[in-house]
Amino acid sequence: MLDFNSLFSRKNKSSSVAKDRLKLVLIHDRINCSTELLEMMRADIVAVISKYVDIDTDDFNIEISNLQYEEGGKKSPVLSANIPIKNLKKINH
Amino acid sequence: MSQVIVITSGKGGVGKTTTSANVGTALALSGRQVVLVDADIGLRNLDVVMGLENRIVYDLVDVVEGRCRLRQALIKDKRFDGLFLLPAAQTRDKSAVSPEQMKKLTDSLKEEFDYVILDCPAGIEQGFKNAIAGADRALVVTTPEVSAVRDADRIIGLLESHGISNTQLIINRVRMNMVKRGDMMAMEDVVEILAIDLIGVVPDDENIVVSTNKGEPAAAEANSLAGKAFRNIAERVEGKEIPFLDLQADSNFVGRLKKVFGFGH
Repeated sequence: MLDFNSLFSRKNKSSSVAKDRLKLVLIHDRINCSTELLEMMRADIVAVISKYVDIDTDDFNIEISNLQYEEGGKKSPVLSANIPIKNLKKINH
Repeated sequence: MSQVIVITSGKGGVGKTTTSANVGTALALSGRQVVLVDADIGLRNLDVVMGLENRIVYDLVDVVEGRCRLRQALIKDKRFDGLFLLPAAQTRDKSAVSPEQMKKLTDSLKEEFDYVILDCPAGIEQGFKNAIAGADRALVVTTPEVSAVRDADRIIGLLESHGISNTQLIINRVRMNMVKRGDMMAMEDVVEILAIDLIGVVPDDENIVVSTNKGEPAAAEANSLAGKAFRNIAERVEGKEIPFLDLQADSNFVGRLKKVFGFGH
């Protein structure tokens, strides 16, 4: 049967815009972690990894996002880093 | 078992006081002993929403500072058996009361009432901390707007960090016709984002403005849709399983037409 609602996709409706904006705002609100702290963590991680491999520090990306966990449906923040490796250093044992 | 329930929201103007008045009234209508406590010291409003503003002699700060006994400050609502109001002070500010004093106050109210309903002030400062100090559970009120939901999220986090995990959500002022045309977030969207239990959805209803004008809670009006929604919330507060209202009853002409022809959902 014809469904009126499917005729007008909700994609560009203001309610979807609201929902998307809200999700983004809440990711930042919930983290409660300053950019300064993130920057310090980034510097330390770069230093540690650089001991073993050459990494592209320009494309080094670190962020905190929310991932939904199944257990109890509780959301916990997750720190994820995207680290492009330029060259694997040969480490002498 | 008596309960202290705080009605809170973070953002102002989403309907905390209206919710407090109506849920309290509905609980009293179903035979419970209820006291409404206005915790918004300096900006009291619950008295006018309830239409009891002319009967105030003593207030919450008078009780806390020992100028009167608790019983003397309680205003009995003559329209509804078992409903009382403890008004806030209007000429003082939030620093007049400490969280410890509020806890002591709600503890003594708990001995005499089935439900102590606290109308929390907007914000997350002292007034909020006072209001939640003695609370066993919380009802967080929001509207389907970005700013209100954002503040609700913050409040839910703060309640948790203060040890209040029994928190449920009320979505107020829902306009079904706007939801249907995609211009207002649906209740599913809000619940998904906040990830807490929903205890009620209240339609945007002109009756609320009328009943607030008159100082008569809509929960006492048989044919007010918002009043019915608040009565349902009161039943769910008591642990009963009540299905959510079909808010499409008040939707626009096309909505009704679609329903008649089976296109709605």
